[in-house]
Amino acid sequence: MLGKLDWSAIPFDQPIPLIAGGVVLVGILAVLIWVVVKGHLPYLWHEWITSVDHKRIGVMYILLASVMLLRGGSDAIMMRIQQAIAYQSQGYLPPEHYNQIFSAHGTIMIFFVAMPFVIGLMNLVVPLQLGVRDVAFPTLNSVGFWLTATGALLVNLSLVIGEFARTGWLAFPPLSELSYSPGVGVDYYAWSLQISGVGTLVAGINLVTTVLKLRTKGMNYLRMPMFCWTTLASNLLIVAAFPILTATLAMLLLDRYLGFHFFTNEAGGNVMMFMNLIWAWGHPEVYILVLPAFGIFSEVVSTFSGKALFGYRSMVLATMAICVISFMVWLHHFFTMGAGPDVNAIFGIASMIIAVPTGVKIYNWLFTMYGGRIRFATPMLWAVGFMVTFIIGGLTGVLVAVPPADFMLHNSMFLVAHFHNVIIGGVLFGAFAGFEYWFPKAFGFRLDERWGKMAFWFTFTGFYVTFVPLYVAGMLGMTRRLQHYNVAEWRPWMIVAAIGMAVLSIGVICQIMQLVVSIRNREALRDRTGDPWDGRSLEWATSSPPPVFNFAFHPDVRGEDAYWDMKIHAQQQSLEHDVPEYQDIEMPRNSPTGFVCAFFATIMGFALIWHIWWMVILGGIGAFATFVVFAWRDHDEYVIPAAEVAAIDRVNLEERRSLVSLAGAI
Amino acid sequence: MAMTATVGHAHADPHHIGVVIEHPGPAPKRTVTAYGFWVFLLSDIVMFSCFFAAYAVLVSQTADGPKGSEIFEQRNVAIETVCLLLSSFTCGMASIAADVRNRFWFYLGMAVTCVLGLIFLAIEFKEFADLVARGYGPSRSAFLTAFFSLVGCHGLHVSAGVLWLLTMMAQVFAKGFRADVLRRMMCFALFWHALDIIWVGVFSVVYLLGSGV
Ligand code: HEM
Ligand SMILES: [Cu+2]
Repeated sequence: MLGKLDWSAIPFDQPIPLIAGGVVLVGILAVLIWVVVKGHLPYLWHEWITSVDHKRIGVMYILLASVMLLRGGSDAIMMRIQQAIAYQSQGYLPPEHYNQIFSAHGTIMIFFVAMPFVIGLMNLVVPLQLGVRDVAFPTLNSVGFWLTATGALLVNLSLVIGEFARTGWLAFPPLSELSYSPGVGVDYYAWSLQISGVGTLVAGINLVTTVLKLRTKGMNYLRMPMFCWTTLASNLLIVAAFPILTATLAMLLLDRYLGFHFFTNEAGGNVMMFMNLIWAWGHPEVYILVLPAFGIFSEVVSTFSGKALFGYRSMVLATMAICVISFMVWLHHFFTMGAGPDVNAIFGIASMIIAVPTGVKIYNWLFTMYGGRIRFATPMLWAVGFMVTFIIGGLTGVLVAVPPADFMLHNSMFLVAHFHNVIIGGVLFGAFAGFEYWFPKAFGFRLDERWGKMAFWFTFTGFYVTFVPLYVAGMLGMTRRLQHYNVAEWRPWMIVAAIGMAVLSIGVICQIMQLVVSIRNREALRDRTGDPWDGRSLEWATSSPPPVFNFAFHPDVRGEDAYWDMKIHAQQQSLEHDVPEYQDIEMPRNSPTGFVCAFFATIMGFALIWHIWWMVILGGIGAFATFVVFAWRDHDEYVIPAAEVAAIDRVNLEERRSLVSLAGAI
Repeated sequence: MAMTATVGHAHADPHHIGVVIEHPGPAPKRTVTAYGFWVFLLSDIVMFSCFFAAYAVLVSQTADGPKGSEIFEQRNVAIETVCLLLSSFTCGMASIAADVRNRFWFYLGMAVTCVLGLIFLAIEFKEFADLVARGYGPSRSAFLTAFFSLVGCHGLHVSAGVLWLLTMMAQVFAKGFRADVLRRMMCFALFWHALDIIWVGVFSVVYLLGSGV
């Protein structure tokens, strides 16, 4: 009746996950009860859960990422403590528990922190920058978000019901095959990635179509803000790469569930095929994550330098070059597996070539700053911190791309330091920069600068104190994923790294404090102009937060830096505005489809993990029924009458006029 | 936002590359839908190529089990292929009928498409069942694993297509040729034709090449 599920699935003998799970459960229940008692449920349901507004969905993505960042961060803290004390001792974590932690940490950080964070920012900002009202497929957008949430939910469920994979974040076979991992850990891993992967693919298709087909009047390709370009590149990569992940995981699941032989040791299965497939997805994946961050830095650097982006066209070219090359280097992830010198040399060189367009980008940012009027607001701090950090990460990347060097450094702490260097210094710093930069746009008030700067400095320092020792330990021969060790020279570095982790955590606390303080002072921090940073692209041309329809009229774009041009020309010509003729606007109606879909996906995923077949069928029927019900809707749009549009837009226009005259005074 | 009514072209085109073709603004809904669905189909084709690649890697790994030439039956495959190609034609007829709002030909075209799809599925199912009965199931060898997965993945797509097809007929029955129904019909047609193209790949790579060795 319940498949493999019984009481032994609850780890009563392991206090840490149980207590953690219990606390979280109590927390969630408390929030739920509070929501219901205070009567917020209808508001949540109508304004958020069923919302198909790209801005709301973007915010929810970022919220999901932030919560999961805390989860993944606790895993990181646990691992650093373990390695600091596990010298000639077992430490405080049993080995198989430690293995689950590093697997869950990697999985969560890549799939449920970095991905939702960048997808959330793209969702929030790109339609605004393109001057349009929504993404191409609003309801699908909501489906994508909720499926990602399902994946995250399943991963967290593994904390209390059953176990998580002990295979590392990529579940290499044969370790992940049934014979070596008979438990449900790998199934949790595979199904949550499978479900959230569908969500990601949906988001990718949506954003590609949005950028290619929905730009406002006059927004030619070479007038799109840099962030739109990197969004396009990143989502093209999603569309091309995520199906590979889907197929690979499907094969692994077929092996595990039906006794197939894709990657098994017996009957002719081929483990190297898994390596090739997973890295054909995995290497593009790191660029899926980092390209949007490059876009954010481009926007931030040019805004806070008060200059147009230097070398816009070379930046576009570099972005698209990275997009293509990132598909041709995957083999550098297994130089050591005996492909032979020729193959290794070719892929080594190909890997290093990516450093060229990346270098172009760095120089462009530097030249943008050169001679600019630089303001070191928090987003700009993250951007500068990124440039310094990413150069180091890029250099160590080129180092591991040299096959002979990689034979020494592969699977070592050095590698761990390298990819954290690029992922934290690149993706996470980018996400934070974007968060600080666009927060006023999303919520209508700025974030507290003092706490923001403290958050930056603690995170920045903590990052170096944590990861520089790992480079050293790697050089001293320490391999990754050690539960305990006996080499005395490694010990001091592990202790320093643990201290660094503590500093890093202070940075995270500062960020939380920043939110709390800013929400409390939101009246004082209110942004009435819609343009708190003196921005250059169209998202600043509407009010903060923008009305549901974003723009009363599709803006007419006449050059790069669309909004900057408008401001300059409005000043020069001191235009007398006649009252524009407002028209009715059609907007997509809210829909519970996404939420309901995710509900059935959760049931189905859980049932599949535990082999509860009747429940799988139930989930499947439910999903199909949702699809039909959605297709049966008669009214998927509603109309905002012109008078209402006018009333909303008039306020915005007033603010903007005062802004223009203010700017004229400078 | 009509603040920039009069801007010289020198300004609009700072790089002086010549004429700038002004982008007209967001595309109409039908274009957007079709475009998005195309992008989805491309991603689906990427997924299929992984299974094709796996098949190519594993095709000789028979683990002393049967080879392709020992289990493929050309006659059945030929019938399957004819069914699918014909169904693409009838699906096209149904699309045209939908465009000219002719219910009778629409239902007829869709019904024939459905029947052809079901025949295809039945033959495939029988092929699989026979193999399993002879002990040549997917867990017999890596070759059979890859074979069952690639062909089965296509079969699953066809099954989903049949479900979608029936839903489309019901939609036209209940709602008529409304704009959104027509957009969905267009996507369905794209999907069905794409499955045909993929089958041509399966047919050539698996059955034609496979019966040679
Ligand atoms: C200059 C560009 C880069 C080069 C040449 C480079 C090169 C490499 C190489 C050769 C490896 C494999 C080493 C081994 O397994 O022994 C590797 C691992 C890795 N890189 Fe990079 N990389 C670059 C940029 C990036 C970026 C931008 C990211 C992420 C945003 C990234 C994330 C990773 C990750 C996550 C791994 C570890 C995967 C694992 O084995 O678990 N890299 N890199
Ligand atoms: Cu790589």
